[in-house]
Amino acid sequence: MNLTETKNFSASEIDASCRAPLLALFGGAALWLVVGLALSLAAIMTFHKPDMFADCPLLTYGRAQAAANDALLYGFCIPAGLGVMLWIFARLSQTELALPMMPVVAANLWHLGVLIGTVAILIGDSIGFAWLEYPRGSSVLLFAAFLLIAISAVATFGARRERELYPSHWFLLTALLWFPWIYSTANLFLVAHHPVRGVAQMAINYWFANNLLFIWLALVGLGTAFYFLPKLAGRPLQSYYLALFSFWTLILFGAWMGIAASAPLPAWMSTASSVAAALIIVPVLAVAVIAVKTVRGSDVSCKGGPLCYVKFGTAAFVLSALMLITEACPQISRVTEFTWFGPAQVQLQILGFFTIVMCGAIYELLPRVMGFGLSFPKFVRVQHWLFMLGVVLWAGSLAVGGVEQGMKLQNANTAFADSTNVALIFLRAGTTGLLLILLGSLLFAANIFVMTIKWKLALLKSANAAVKAPLTIPSASASLRRDQEEVKS
Amino acid sequence: MKNGFGIFLAAFIALDLSWCGFVLAPVKQLSTAKQTQVLNSTDIYPIGRPGEANQGLQAYRASGCAACHTEQVRQDGVACEVVLTSTGKNPAVVSNLVSTLKLAGLTKEEADTTSDKITAAGGKVETHIAPVGVDIPHWGVRRSVAGDFLYDYPVQLGSLRAGPDLANVGARLPDANWQLVHLYAPQAVVKNSAMPPFRFLFEVRVRKIGDAPSPDALKFPKDFPPPAGCEVVPKPEAKQLAAYLMSLRADAPLYEAPFTPVMTKP
Repeated sequence: MNLTETKNFSASEIDASCRAPLLALFGGAALWLVVGLALSLAAIMTFHKPDMFADCPLLTYGRAQAAANDALLYGFCIPAGLGVMLWIFARLSQTELALPMMPVVAANLWHLGVLIGTVAILIGDSIGFAWLEYPRGSSVLLFAAFLLIAISAVATFGARRERELYPSHWFLLTALLWFPWIYSTANLFLVAHHPVRGVAQMAINYWFANNLLFIWLALVGLGTAFYFLPKLAGRPLQSYYLALFSFWTLILFGAWMGIAASAPLPAWMSTASSVAAALIIVPVLAVAVIAVKTVRGSDVSCKGGPLCYVKFGTAAFVLSALMLITEACPQISRVTEFTWFGPAQVQLQILGFFTIVMCGAIYELLPRVMGFGLSFPKFVRVQHWLFMLGVVLWAGSLAVGGVEQGMKLQNANTAFADSTNVALIFLRAGTTGLLLILLGSLLFAANIFVMTIKWKLALLKSANAAVKAPLTIPSASASLRRDQEEVKS
Repeated sequence: MKNGFGIFLAAFIALDLSWCGFVLAPVKQLSTAKQTQVLNSTDIYPIGRPGEANQGLQAYRASGCAACHTEQVRQDGVACEVVLTSTGKNPAVVSNLVSTLKLAGLTKEEADTTSDKITAAGGKVETHIAPVGVDIPHWGVRRSVAGDFLYDYPVQLGSLRAGPDLANVGARLPDANWQLVHLYAPQAVVKNSAMPPFRFLFEVRVRKIGDAPSPDALKFPKDFPPPAGCEVVPKPEAKQLAAYLMSLRADAPLYEAPFTPVMTKP
């Protein structure tokens, strides 16, 4: 503790300083989560009834699917992650959030950017690269908004009163550097006026997608998990050095993954990617060991609360990373490549890991930040079950369907239609899972929105009270008059 | 660790290394790519797509076709194939001999011994280079290479085959009317197709009696007639998209993807 500082902030003061920025970030995020899942559902309906949107270009599969994925990633994951990060930084620094107006402005810019991007994709103005579909204007807004939030986060970090860094700091700080770098690179090389030629576009696209979907989400999700797991389980993180080790290996190896094995790129690239994917098993196992050792031996039972969310999310991360590793193994990728196994991994990473960790973290921190309890505390448990079942059904059936599809394709005598039809059955079954997740997200949004409305009403009430306050002015002017008379006399 | 700067530096180095590897290096290595000569030919490859096909690439992007279709053919390697061109003076002997020999999937040495045997018996043979892999008979004659996409923006490799690979669809299905009918009503030409119809790319016009049919109107198969009294006319986007699909031909033998083109009988 730095003793030269005079002002000590209480936990409730720190939480209160985060209120407006966090609500701005989470409110939009909750909305995009619902919109993204609804679009995802609309997209998957094409596999139930192919001609459903035959006359509706807005919701044709290629557009709805891209808009859904981006709404989940850019609309929900990133702003939710940034909001949780701001709170963790303020709490770990034991200081109020620095420059709190910046994230409020940034949150609005960010959500505006996502809105423009989503509309652009739906009307056919997508850029055409996976995870980078948003047009230029939207990208500029997102980039600027991220920088504003990063400035506030770094300022809070710089003003910290506890000099020692906690493992969450490493992960979250790195994420602050990671996103602007990869996002500006991808946009400058692919979206700007003079994009690079030919398949070099795909090399950059793969690099960007891996660094955003796997590394950035892992950095923020694990940074959050390593804060909440020990806090909620009531045991210190097991252990500091293992966490440090997993951090180093994750960023060192992880950044080299993502080049598809068969892509028409120089062979050394996919080879390097396969090697990196094999090495990533090291941090993944370390994360698993940290989580298990931290939670085991704790006498806190989670009862469907935030701890359950974080535990499930961390397990989903380990599983999704293992799927990524198997996909990069040349012998296995021969079967799984180009099948639904890939989307299954992505959905597990986004919904199973990141979304669930974030929802748990938000349920834990929001009552503290707001100063009053959740509006619907029972929804937390219900949502946990909906999400868990939904993710298992959705990602599970996509993955199994993908393997079945791949096995069929191995046989050169099988007609191609057979392989896609095999996957169709699993896709249709998985839709139930998606529906459950959508229901869960509605509960989440209900909690966030009702709390926001309550807070705004309370603000309105106090404003009203302030308006009525002039009643005290006559007495003040009376005393002023008295003072003046005294001076005169 | 107490120093925020240390973390910043570590993250910077880790990301910078991968940036140099996967952004800078491919840009350096691939940005100098040029047209090359087709093997055993004076033809140049690739020649840019015609204007309409290039506009079609934008229609392909706008509708997100790459969500379900890849444009990359995988290949495990190459094998030699011995092809009998003439049975010579002793047709019976040569045919007998050929029926006992393995002719496809050979190494260079095996192919040489096989062709020596057949030549000794009086037949004439050619040794062909044939790509092998699960994708080869289905989707293309050779693997996809960087050159196939030299002039494309955005490159639409795709990552999921919910539908067929399209790397060589222009050579596989070179009929513009078929492509348009398939876009309008996939199930009309491919039974059990899971592809959604793209009816919004077409206009259904009521034909007045005595009017000449539009030259662009789709010609439907007999068992799938158009709506009664109407004709289906593609909008410009549909025509461009079909032109793009027809322009997807990755069938030139190249230095980095050699094979012996098989001449189809006229």
